[in-house]
Amino acid sequence: MAERVESLRLEMRGVCKRFGATVALEDVGIRVSAGDVLALVGENGAGKSTLMKVLSGAVAPDAGQMWLDGEPYKPQGPLEARRAGVAMIYQELSLTPHLSVEENITLGMEPTTLGMVQWKEVRRRAIAAISQFDNPELRPDVRVDKLSVGSQQLVEIARALAIGCRVLVLDEPTSSLTRQDVQRLFDIIKRLKKQGKAIVYISHFIEEVKQVADKLTVLRDGQVVGGGDVAGISTDEIIALMVGRQVDQLYPRSARKPGDVVLEVEDLAGVEKPNSASLQLRRGEVLGIAGLVGAGRTELLRVLFGLDPVRRGKIRLGVYAGPASPVRRWMQGAGMLSENRKEEGLAITLSIADNMTLSKLKGFGPLGLVLPSRQDKASRRWIDRLGIRCRNPRQPVASLSGGNQQRVALARLLQHDVDVFLLDEPTRGIDVAAKASIYKLIDELARGSEGRGPKAVLMVSSYLPELLGVCDRVAVMCRGKLGPTHPIKEVNEHKLMLEATGQEAIA
Amino acid sequence: MSDDHLKSIEPGALKSNWRRWLNTLGSLLALLLVYGIFASIAPASFSTTRNLEMIARQTTIVGIAALGMTLVIIAGGIDLSVGSVVALSTVVIAWLLQQSGMVGLFTNLGCEWLAPWAAALGGVAAAALCGFVSGILITRLRVVPFIVTLGMMLVVRGAAKGIGREQKIDVDPARLRWLEELLASVPKERSWMLVPLGVWLLIVLAVVTAALLRYTRLGRHIFAIGSNEQTARLCGVAVERVKLIVFTLGGACAGLGGLMQFSRLTVGDPTVAVGLELDVIAAVVIGGGSLNGGEGSVLGTMVGALIMTVIASGCTQMGMPNWVQEIITGAIIVVAVALDRLRHRRSA
Repeated sequence: MAERVESLRLEMRGVCKRFGATVALEDVGIRVSAGDVLALVGENGAGKSTLMKVLSGAVAPDAGQMWLDGEPYKPQGPLEARRAGVAMIYQELSLTPHLSVEENITLGMEPTTLGMVQWKEVRRRAIAAISQFDNPELRPDVRVDKLSVGSQQLVEIARALAIGCRVLVLDEPTSSLTRQDVQRLFDIIKRLKKQGKAIVYISHFIEEVKQVADKLTVLRDGQVVGGGDVAGISTDEIIALMVGRQVDQLYPRSARKPGDVVLEVEDLAGVEKPNSASLQLRRGEVLGIAGLVGAGRTELLRVLFGLDPVRRGKIRLGVYAGPASPVRRWMQGAGMLSENRKEEGLAITLSIADNMTLSKLKGFGPLGLVLPSRQDKASRRWIDRLGIRCRNPRQPVASLSGGNQQRVALARLLQHDVDVFLLDEPTRGIDVAAKASIYKLIDELARGSEGRGPKAVLMVSSYLPELLGVCDRVAVMCRGKLGPTHPIKEVNEHKLMLEATGQEAIA
Repeated sequence: MSDDHLKSIEPGALKSNWRRWLNTLGSLLALLLVYGIFASIAPASFSTTRNLEMIARQTTIVGIAALGMTLVIIAGGIDLSVGSVVALSTVVIAWLLQQSGMVGLFTNLGCEWLAPWAAALGGVAAAALCGFVSGILITRLRVVPFIVTLGMMLVVRGAAKGIGREQKIDVDPARLRWLEELLASVPKERSWMLVPLGVWLLIVLAVVTAALLRYTRLGRHIFAIGSNEQTARLCGVAVERVKLIVFTLGGACAGLGGLMQFSRLTVGDPTVAVGLELDVIAAVVIGGGSLNGGEGSVLGTMVGALIMTVIASGCTQMGMPNWVQEIITGAIIVVAVALDRLRHRRSA
């Protein structure tokens, strides 16, 4: 490979950007060759998205230059960037759900004669773009909202290909994909590399980066702090670069003493999922539930918490038996953290204090009144304890970073002082430092601290290292069925993945 | 221990408190500005206390109905049936006052003074029932409020016309008693009241509603549902029940608005207040209410209602034709909301 003539497809040099007093980017440069995948990693707020906004023309840099295939490149807006061949695929997909695959692919550049859309040409272009993916679900005339998330993402990529992109930016493309879809995406990225596209790949998952990328650039606090060939750098080194210090103990685990059973579930089934789930959760332990996206883990928590109806089976929470509404569940001492922070977990236009106290607006004033000053006082305690970065408790949650939002959502369960924590993907989409603080919190809960007894934690996660690091026991859900629980010492990532994909039940 | 922490975040908190005050006062400033403009260009009669009282009286009907609408809109809903509900309650009040059976019964019991109370209560109850029915349909059938209340708008209007046999219901003036004084100009001997009873009712209701929104669980739940219904459900808020309460209160407020309307006309008129819901919604929206829910305030709504009356009054005093008024009011609605959006974008 050394003799291959390096054709630099994209170069950014000396890019600076300030927002008010905040330095978002300082003298940042990246280089991507045609046929290469450059991974851009960094914590939330490190400047990755700002850099990509500069690249896509959405943000004008204060200083710096860019070249595309050696030509100076200075987009005045996203449309111009797209015309120049720079396509972005964001984490939140930007498709019109009611239109068909082909309409989405050609949206905004429909071939027309005399103002009439040439449907034959639309179809031809759509087929040309999607035929590369070997995905039977992808047909030009299917409505996009009928497709799985993985296939929807392919439609976006197809749209990028249809405009003849030279540089493709993928921003956290795998965060909502199933394992199979991730593999399929990686295959497609390989194929695009062969076609000579330059790809910028942004991700939190370092394992993925190592699998898919050739080069790596690490950003921290708006500066490039390291990079190079992916092959020559270890995961630990990457993490150390990202956080600027050694994460020596990402997963703390103190001695825990399992107490009495607080949650007992027997052959539980919801309307569609889960089909059958049985488990026992004790005080002072963390029970993990692994599985693929769509296996029914979220649904299990929702049925337990009364958000979805119970079809069959028994639930016993403390001394209370049978199904119950969320109102009752809170009263019975259980709390749930939603996997979907923005759409369900938090009311993001409301303040931190309102979000933290929403489940129990009691004891904030005489005669059952709710005095904002007392809500604030209660919230300040958690802001302090969890290190939530904010101006004050009246600040809307929408203005916080992902990690801080997640802490607010968790603080609600702490403020309510629940005994049973149902946590659905507690670290999704947050940076390493925030993850570490949440692992620490979960450990403190299970151990019991500050004069509070040990709590019981049921935790759903798609990220196996975290389950292995945090939990005492783990069970795997596959196609709506919850398997047996295994002590953490008896499993590893490989075994869990086999069970999750249903290839082999652990004997 | 936590005291240190409080100190460390206090400066930011102060700054944002200041900004919050500015945001709240911003709408008041807008009102003063509009008033000031008319005071300087309109004839002197505009700035007399008499005209001020008139403005207050003219704001009352829309203002009271808008209090209910504020709750509905903060909860993420909308109520298009307000105008019809106002008409219905005037008709019900008039119809009850004309029932010789009821009035005779009270006379026999020696408590004739109860008759107008019973009629007023009946009118408001009928209106609250309309809101309750809307609420039931919205929560049980899971049809969006826009459609349900659009339907209710026609149903209630029809019902009002049915009760009145497609005509106005006249009431024997002897039976009206205090009902006709609610919005009448304050007579000399009672000038200590400053404004008539109806306006005082509006003020008291506004204070109560503001306190309800800010200091009670119901109020916090209304904001939560409007901001994110799923979150509210996750947090154990009885979403359906709260919506039912909100629409019922909305109906009751429209009913009180109807009582004021009746006091002004002293007849039950099934064709009155057509399109009033749009004025009411405009008042809420000018005052910073968001049709996406989760935002809005009583003070804002009151200011919104007053701005519209001030414009109407100013234009009338200056002898401007009706169509000019309508254009100005329409422009104000759009400008107010655009300014509000702009402010939001900057603070985000």
